[in-house]
Amino acid sequence: MTAAAPMSGPALAARDVAMWRGNHCLFESLDFSADAGSTVLVVGANGAGKTTLLRALAGLTVPTAGRIEWCGTDVRALPPERRGEIAYRGHAEGVKRDLTVRENLSFTRRISGGTADVAGVAEELGLGPKLDVRTRYLSAGQRRRVGLAALRLADARLWVLDEPMTHLDAAGRRLVAEWIGRHVGDGGVAVVATHQPDELARPGTLVVEL
Amino acid sequence: MREAFGAIVARDLKLAFRRWSELANPLIFFVIVASLFPLALSPDETELRAIGVGVLWVSALLSSLLALDGLFRNDADDGSLEQLLLSPVPAGVTAVAKIFAHWLVTSVPLIALAPVVALAFRLPVGALPVLVGALLLATPTLSVLAAIGAALTLGVRHSGPIIGLLVLPLASPLLIFGARATDLAAYGEATAGPLYLLAALAALALSVGPLAVAAALRVGVE
Repeated sequence: MTAAAPMSGPALAARDVAMWRGNHCLFESLDFSADAGSTVLVVGANGAGKTTLLRALAGLTVPTAGRIEWCGTDVRALPPERRGEIAYRGHAEGVKRDLTVRENLSFTRRISGGTADVAGVAEELGLGPKLDVRTRYLSAGQRRRVGLAALRLADARLWVLDEPMTHLDAAGRRLVAEWIGRHVGDGGVAVVATHQPDELARPGTLVVEL
Repeated sequence: MREAFGAIVARDLKLAFRRWSELANPLIFFVIVASLFPLALSPDETELRAIGVGVLWVSALLSSLLALDGLFRNDADDGSLEQLLLSPVPAGVTAVAKIFAHWLVTSVPLIALAPVVALAFRLPVGALPVLVGALLLATPTLSVLAAIGAALTLGVRHSGPIIGLLVLPLASPLLIFGARATDLAAYGEATAGPLYLLAALAALALSVGPLAVAAALRVGVE
């Protein structure tokens, strides 16, 4: 879908980033960078600012200070045609409960310009028999899977995932870990906030502790 | 972009028809409010005709406000607004698509129902095309104003009353010109002046409004 941006430095870079909420400093002087094909795990206690950092990395929140760059461009200044290079999954699944699994996934594919087969991705996630069921009738874990399926449909190069394993059973967790591994293996970058870093850590993984 | 625009409109229409009560509430409110005035004032035909235009426009305006809070709130709550803003679809296109879908599901049924209510107020049949035309010109502006209000108050809990406070004063020119055009038509006079003004407001709202909504949405999701 989107043309790959020229790569002449780290793919993702956080430079001297600080985030304040009112008078409360969540973190400051945060510096890290990740090359293509790497995983960044963001760990820290509840309230440490993991979600805020991830939202800033995705360009949804402006850092109080510092700069976040994706392939050399400020994430907030990415032109629309390059915004599809970043996919963000937060605590909310981004799934419409009055639409079926197929309708939700087809919508994601249409707005992101992705090319993956909806039924194939749903099958891979174990959602094949639920394709025509409204997501309000699915369990929290199944809805989480629908939300994660959008990652495969969007063709993004940077995955920003906020506790993607929440609500998932053992098989779901293995599958997400496998997806992240495959994405990184294909040259993508994954930034994952997690309380279980062991599930995703591999040699070369960068761990950012808040 | 056309593909994304169509996808957002189609999705919002599908959602609206699956939550049909949200669709019906403003219409029922419109009919009930309009029918309360004859009960409170007088069922006399001459009096009904005198107050009919004003009652129609005020009821239409108030009922349109009922569906405002849901314009972006549902998308913000379930995370799909973030996904839309992070997609390659420009935020302005997303805003226009959502406003258009909102106008289709809230204003078009109201415009269709308005002549029936107008007849109950003994408005002459000859004034009905102008009433419909004025509503067709005024409601897109109202939808844009509503969208700006809804986007600006995205971070506020129970934002419905605040949106009303923001939108109603800005919508007063629509009420003035719309009611004036309908009134002139009821007395068989030329209606071009207020209709042109409504058209000018619609052009202004549709050209600048989506950019304001897009900017407000970006701030709202932070």
